[in-house]
Amino acid sequence: MSATLNTPPRPSVDEDKLARRQSRWQGLFAPELLKTAARRAVVMLRPDVQWKNPVMFVVEVGTALAILFTAAKAIDPTVSAAPLGYLVALDVWLVLTLLFANFAEALAEARGKAQADALRKTRQDTPAFVYDGNDPAAALRADPATFGRSTSTLLREGDVVVVDAGQVIPADGEIVAGVASVDESAITGESAPVVREAGGDRSGVTGGTRVLSDRIVVKVTAAAGRSFLDRMIALVEGAARQRTPNEVALSIVLSTFTLIFLIVTVTLWPMARYAEGYMAGFVGAAEVESLGTDVPTLVALLVCLIPTTIGALLAAIGIAGMDRALRANIIAKSGKAVEVAGDVDTLLLDKTGTITLGNRQATRFIPLADVSAADVGHLAALASASDQTPEGKSIVELYRRTPGAGAWNTPPEARFVAFTAQTRMSGVDLPDGRVIRKGAADAVVKYVQSQGGTSPLLMDEQVNAVAGQGSTPLLVAEGDRIVGLVVLEDVLKPGIRERFERLRKMGIRTVMVTGDNPLTAKAIAEQAGVDDYIAEATPEAKLAYIRKEQQGGRLVAMMGDGTNDAPALAQADVGVSMNSGTQAAKEAGNMVDLDSDPTKLIEVVEVGKQLLMTRGALTTFSIANDVAKYFAIVPALFAGTLPWLKRLDVLNLASPTSAILSAVIFNAVVIPLLIPIALKGVTYRPVGADALLRRNLLVWGLGGVVVPFAGIKLIDLALSLIPAV
Amino acid sequence: MWFLPLLIVALVIGASIPLGLYMARVLDRDGPRYRFERLFDTGGQPWKRYCVAMLSFNAATFLVGFAVLATQPWHPAFLNPDGKGMLSPSTIFNTACSFLSNTNLQHYSGEVHLSYGSQLFAIMYKQFVTPVIGLAALLAVIRGLRGDAHLGNFFLDLWRGTVYLVLPLSFAVAVLLIAGGTPMTMEGNATATTLEGGTQSIARGPTAAVVAIKQLGTNGGGYFGPNSAHPFENPTAWTNVVENWSILVIPAACLVMFGRMIRNMRHAAVIYAICLLLLGTFIGWGIYYDTMRPNPGLAGGPAVLAPDGKPYALATRSADGTAGFTELPTSASREVVALPIDQDTGNLEGKELRYGPSAGPTWAASTTCTSNGSVNCMHDSLNPLAGLTPLSGMWLNVVFGGVGVGLINMLIYLIVAVFLAGLMVGRTPEYLGKKVEAREMKLAALALLAHPLLILAPTGLFAAAGWLDPSTNNPGPHGFSEGLYEFTSSAANNGSGFEGLGDSYGFNDRPPLAPYGAHWDIACGLVMLLARFIPIVAPIAFAASLAAKRPTPFTAGTLRTDTVTFGIVLLGTILLLGALMFLPVAALGPVAEHLGPIPFGR
Repeated sequence: MSATLNTPPRPSVDEDKLARRQSRWQGLFAPELLKTAARRAVVMLRPDVQWKNPVMFVVEVGTALAILFTAAKAIDPTVSAAPLGYLVALDVWLVLTLLFANFAEALAEARGKAQADALRKTRQDTPAFVYDGNDPAAALRADPATFGRSTSTLLREGDVVVVDAGQVIPADGEIVAGVASVDESAITGESAPVVREAGGDRSGVTGGTRVLSDRIVVKVTAAAGRSFLDRMIALVEGAARQRTPNEVALSIVLSTFTLIFLIVTVTLWPMARYAEGYMAGFVGAAEVESLGTDVPTLVALLVCLIPTTIGALLAAIGIAGMDRALRANIIAKSGKAVEVAGDVDTLLLDKTGTITLGNRQATRFIPLADVSAADVGHLAALASASDQTPEGKSIVELYRRTPGAGAWNTPPEARFVAFTAQTRMSGVDLPDGRVIRKGAADAVVKYVQSQGGTSPLLMDEQVNAVAGQGSTPLLVAEGDRIVGLVVLEDVLKPGIRERFERLRKMGIRTVMVTGDNPLTAKAIAEQAGVDDYIAEATPEAKLAYIRKEQQGGRLVAMMGDGTNDAPALAQADVGVSMNSGTQAAKEAGNMVDLDSDPTKLIEVVEVGKQLLMTRGALTTFSIANDVAKYFAIVPALFAGTLPWLKRLDVLNLASPTSAILSAVIFNAVVIPLLIPIALKGVTYRPVGADALLRRNLLVWGLGGVVVPFAGIKLIDLALSLIPAV
Repeated sequence: MWFLPLLIVALVIGASIPLGLYMARVLDRDGPRYRFERLFDTGGQPWKRYCVAMLSFNAATFLVGFAVLATQPWHPAFLNPDGKGMLSPSTIFNTACSFLSNTNLQHYSGEVHLSYGSQLFAIMYKQFVTPVIGLAALLAVIRGLRGDAHLGNFFLDLWRGTVYLVLPLSFAVAVLLIAGGTPMTMEGNATATTLEGGTQSIARGPTAAVVAIKQLGTNGGGYFGPNSAHPFENPTAWTNVVENWSILVIPAACLVMFGRMIRNMRHAAVIYAICLLLLGTFIGWGIYYDTMRPNPGLAGGPAVLAPDGKPYALATRSADGTAGFTELPTSASREVVALPIDQDTGNLEGKELRYGPSAGPTWAASTTCTSNGSVNCMHDSLNPLAGLTPLSGMWLNVVFGGVGVGLINMLIYLIVAVFLAGLMVGRTPEYLGKKVEAREMKLAALALLAHPLLILAPTGLFAAAGWLDPSTNNPGPHGFSEGLYEFTSSAANNGSGFEGLGDSYGFNDRPPLAPYGAHWDIACGLVMLLARFIPIVAPIAFAASLAAKRPTPFTAGTLRTDTVTFGIVLLGTILLLGALMFLPVAALGPVAEHLGPIPFGR
């Protein structure tokens, strides 16, 4: 059809794909990422950066104080009772605690950046051919030489560009003319090309994807740097990262704990001093020296008690949540959207593609006149021989599999009557004069009556029975005689019932949205096990349903693609628009699914829940750890004043200094050990809230109490092997 | 031994349920019922106006109390038959704060320092209104949690709480006490001739009235200095049961009322069960370490030795600056200090034998769990580890707690528990169907922080400034406990004293009874005020903030707050937070005393 445009060579999409895949499968600790994160961890020690994490900022101030006192001790040994080697070791581990914390955040950021870089490759400068005329259709046939040359970075909103087969679409936009198959693998990772065409709900194209066949005329909807991908890249990189409401609330909790322990440790100094006073009087000395009044040791106690573990990993958990969503090929417009997904109470799911396998399939032929089922099949197959709709193909396929099936090829002279919205029938006029029609029940009945025929006995009952089971009856007529009906059934996706069962256990109501009549919708809803359905759904009905749910305090998630879905997407608390959808739909939702897979909603919810659970689990773990640390540190603090408190030292640690060092080392080491869990998230199981709580309580609460006892003892044993300690 | 605590707890459980239901019925009515109520009903109040009304009423009450105490020398004769003089200003301030905040910490001795007028109008009046103020605050909080449009009317709540709950109950208990032998008279001191032929002046007065409300309203400020150990305040074993029951019954009934008002009895039952469990643990701990285990110091051994069998040595520095090690003297070995004391009946020091040996620890646990603060034994004389019972009760301050405010304190722990547990089930935390977000956590944090700050900071200050050591009877860990207890009691609005602490100033025209009396007066006064009003106002604001939120429906994914699992989370949160805040001071005080030698004393 059109002449091919000259395209300068550019890095092929395959390379992009490769880069993206690579980043996707990169392990948690790919060396490249580790190096970047390590460098960034040091930079983040700057107080103005560290300030953003209040818990770790307190650690930084404490560390500075400890180093100051160590320096003083080096100059004047009477400053502190603690040995210099111990103080230096303490300082080193305090600094390491800070570095580990920063490293966790930096690693999460680096992983996000790696994803972003892979995506950014698709944003490289691409040539664009701008059409200035008013008639997009004309551009389909115009000579390429008449187009203006530009590049993707110079495009503005509203520009119209022409993209030919083999070229890369320069910007996000909407097809205004033409139809083409597009390779979107650079974004979705899915290699099968998709069809995009002007008008309807499949008109959206994304910059960076490649047209495989035909020419399309695209109206640019987002200028360079402002498209979805650009916004998403910014988000993933953390540039536009804002703390989510729950993260803010949790930060307040963590700051409160930090303040409480600050009070505990600061007031411990005069109390320890008091104990030194009366013990000095008791043994008749001028002064008793103990670790209880040694500032670096009290800093060590503070750092061990404040929730450094979760404080260090909080940012990483948030970034990793976005990252996990992205790995599921979902672009969240904000971290908040992912978080809210965990709270969703009601899911609106489209029937087609989510609950059922695409289109309806013929499953049975039922004779109504004195013919056999095979005869009905034969007529239906004849009528469908040239029908390329999935339903038509499935009728032919079913007949082919029917025992005793004859030939259904139609002679070349046969005239096909295509389906129209007015007649709601299709069929064939055979050269031998036979006229075969198939279609919706009322349409066929009307047609037969107009031919002078009548409906057979029991037809209404049969039609209603089929409809009542959630299937669609198609009547087949030959001339003025209705011979039988074809049962078209929705085929449920395998495992969908179990999936809804899982959702119900998570406390989520599922609502099926379908254009079917209420009878059919009800039957399918029952088969699939959804909690509710919206039949004969219009965009207004969806919107009304969402509003009603929200009135009851429920949070609603839905997925949509069409422009007419936009209001509902905007109204829903979590609106996931398909990447194949229109620009309006994408703007309205707060997430975009690059795969355009309607079952994604379920994954989105799980990612959100996992995010919240990881925060809760690690906070509990962090606080529970303090019990063991107390038992290690308190006897050590007062070993110099109230030595009989050694009885509290249930771990029987080697010496006071090694006890305190062990606690500090454990506190530091646990941060990098938990990075994988922070980034991957705590496993979410779709069981009831109570069972989930019991499980997490056992693992993270009880585990949090027990693990540090073992850890501190082991570190103490290792330390006691070093002669200097 | 165990019959007494079981009897008391059983009677409390039995009475608290009908009483709680009754309270929900009479206190939770919307709007005035009859003409008299209409006189002062100013209509439903949003949280700010409710707090303003409550705080202004408190300010007025403070002024009245201060004025009554400050004019004591000029009280008419029938209110001051024994001609009591002027208290020191710092003690007046302390006492005015103490009774305003429902603490009833007494830096004076009632029969020595107060006239009948002061007893009735500065002390008893406040003992009636302050528990009701706490109850009103709780009603406001519950209405907020329930999502009411307004938090009710403070004056209406105050009126109803007083006339429908506190007055009739006090009357009944006072009659029982009078029957038991407690005096109720406006005549001055009685004079008796002793066997030796000398004369003795016996203090008396309107005791039954004061004691009844003192017990019921989690007040605790005794008519006499020795409080409910005094034979006129608590004459017999049976009055002891009545009085101990009175301590617990209204706080326990508050929980039942809460369940009724939010229409979720199971949730209230979980909290009730946890309170019972903790109360039982504290009583059991106290009785075990006070009556069944000998005082390790008095028992004489084993010696306090290092694991290697040698005496402990401390790193010391002598006056000329030389460093070295000094072994603990041989007097630190317990064999030397062992006294010929038979401890089979338990620790009887500071106990009233007429109540039985377990009455002391049982009361100590009840009075400190509920922020009452009356005593029937000397807490100072409890065995060291048994002394942990009253301290822990006040450190947690949520085990039934003070009238109204106990449950409000519990709410703070509930929110922390709900927050952690809510996250662990993968949802934004919700409490009673409302989402708990940043604003709520800020308010909860404020209330949560106040408690450790108000206990540890002044204890640290007094230790550092050198005011603590001269004030204590005993140096060493026990003296530390004495000071720690005083601030713990103030911050928990409890009012009981460990005693053994020189914290009284006394009459203004005489030299102070204790060197730092004024310091303790002022510091404790400030602590009591802050500890009273921060944890009341912040939760009301919190509840109002939740009230404005849209309720979320209950689903299978919602955290249930009425299950055993949640009970475990709540219990874990309370114990963990409590332990983490106060474990170091517990180690420095009672634990160090228990494990260490007992050579300390002046």
